[in-house]
Amino acid sequence: MKRKVVIRERINKIKDSETLGMVWTDRLGRAGIIMLGAIMVIAVFGPVIFPFNAADIGKTAEDIFSPPSVNHWLGTDEIGRDVFRSLLSGARISLIVGLSATLISISIGSIIGLVSGYYSGIGSMLLMRVTDFFLALPVLPLIIVLASIFGQSIGITIMVIGLTSWPSTARIVRSQVISIRERQYIERIRSLGAGDFRIIVFHIFPNVMPLIYANTVLVIAGSILSEATLAFLGLGDPVKVSWGTMLHYAFVSGAAGRKAWWYLLPPGIGILFVVLSFTLIGHTLDKILNPRLREY
Amino acid sequence: MDKAGFIAKKFAQLLFTLYAIATFNFLLFRILPGDPLRLIARAGRLSPDAVARLQELFGLDRSRWEQYLIYLKNIATGEYGISITFRRPVMDIIAERMSNTILLLLVATIIVIVIGVGLGIFASMRRGTGTDNTLIVASMVGWSLPTFWTGLLFIIVFGVYLHALPIAGVLTPGAVYTNYWQLIGDYANHLILPTVSLVIVDMAQFFLITRNTLVDVLTEDYITTAKGKGLSPLLTMRRHALPNAMLPIITTLALYVSLVIGGAIQVETVFSYPGMGKLMYDAVLRRDYPILEATFFLMASVTVLANFISDVVYRLIDPRVKNI
Repeated sequence: MKRKVVIRERINKIKDSETLGMVWTDRLGRAGIIMLGAIMVIAVFGPVIFPFNAADIGKTAEDIFSPPSVNHWLGTDEIGRDVFRSLLSGARISLIVGLSATLISISIGSIIGLVSGYYSGIGSMLLMRVTDFFLALPVLPLIIVLASIFGQSIGITIMVIGLTSWPSTARIVRSQVISIRERQYIERIRSLGAGDFRIIVFHIFPNVMPLIYANTVLVIAGSILSEATLAFLGLGDPVKVSWGTMLHYAFVSGAAGRKAWWYLLPPGIGILFVVLSFTLIGHTLDKILNPRLREY
Repeated sequence: MDKAGFIAKKFAQLLFTLYAIATFNFLLFRILPGDPLRLIARAGRLSPDAVARLQELFGLDRSRWEQYLIYLKNIATGEYGISITFRRPVMDIIAERMSNTILLLLVATIIVIVIGVGLGIFASMRRGTGTDNTLIVASMVGWSLPTFWTGLLFIIVFGVYLHALPIAGVLTPGAVYTNYWQLIGDYANHLILPTVSLVIVDMAQFFLITRNTLVDVLTEDYITTAKGKGLSPLLTMRRHALPNAMLPIITTLALYVSLVIGGAIQVETVFSYPGMGKLMYDAVLRRDYPILEATFFLMASVTVLANFISDVVYRLIDPRVKNI
């Protein structure tokens, strides 16, 4: 009975299963899904088929910055390691960091958004002030400072990005919750005796879900870019080499001056490809959830 | 609430946020592992006498609360301590670098707004066409590009392969200038690649927000009326549609400042451009915490200030906003 109410009042009358189908019918959305699928396959199976051994360094001077060949499909790096294999294992690290950081970010953002949107006391106002404070800080300088204070490891990178990127999610969720809070069916459920926790979890949360989906996809894109930038600036995990870390070593070893395009291009194209796939999907979801833009 | 009251309230919020940033900064850099004295002295063994003198010099013999109050006073008066690597006051070093970054960001921002908004208008008038779709996809590709990698690409293409443009610094080393114009020309030449890198990546927001707002507005009844009156599409755009896009553009500007500061750190690093961003990068590499602390505080302050200005301008332009 209650479940029916929820579905009937769902924002824009879109069910989760339909949403994915609608993304697929959009040309850009479909392109995004295909690109993402391809990258997932590469990240999962690539390192299994072509394992990367960080200790497998070059033995002669010719092995350093050697251009693509039969043995090294994408040439070698500044200490003679295979760029192609490094690229495949980098895909995994970049995705793991991006997805894990997003999980933290979306969880915090959703909870703060739900709570501060549902309640309207001083505590809720305080939460919003904290959100605004973090929203106002420039993201990159903030994560640079945090990463250089707390050290370089994959776990810290995930925490730093996750703990700094939640405010926009909190704001979006909150404004949606405020508009749902006042709707009649919430009033009805409350008069039936449902408590705050029950109302938030079973009756408000399902209605902000689509919005959280769309936001999640964009946060993943942002997190992957943040990780790449942090790693490029030398604040990544030196052992777990991501695409950003590869570009850091390429930059500091002067790969540009040595015309080692095979070392500079692939990791960047990888980042661009992943971020673009999430951006395309996010943009399409946005279009579906904002019917005013859907018409065009 | 009247305008003056609104501005006063926003200004009070601005001051409080700056205070919060300073406090945040104080706490952040006090939880650093290790003894601050070792960091300052960069020496393993110190005589008890030297320790005492250094403690007194840096105020480390005082209580945490006293340190905090002194810290707030110092921040307010622009006293950011002494750089560990340069062995000079942080403020002097920042003052030397500041103008380079301001120039870079100013030039990039003007181009970003002009081209971004311009293309947004252009695309909205051709909505649904191939041109519109191409521009949307292009802007999303731009948005997805890592700024630092875009810079690296330019270096390898225009610097290493084509030898067409300078790829590092602000002036050609050892160059002799016979007049001011040559100096300005050399400076401008060095600005091209960093600026273009920033513009390509950070333009998307302005393009998309302008386009989407205008596409939305152009379906309104009053636009149909304006067209019905016989106004040309350009005049309709200028008088009836564009004013509606002003507010979202102003909101975007505040977000953009945060983004472009991050961009500046990246391009300045890649192009060895002696500004605040490169200073921050070097401070990270050498763990020069006083510089890191000061550059972060200044960057955060600028972003908060941009938010304040955007709020105020929004209120002044939009008569509907009464009380936020």
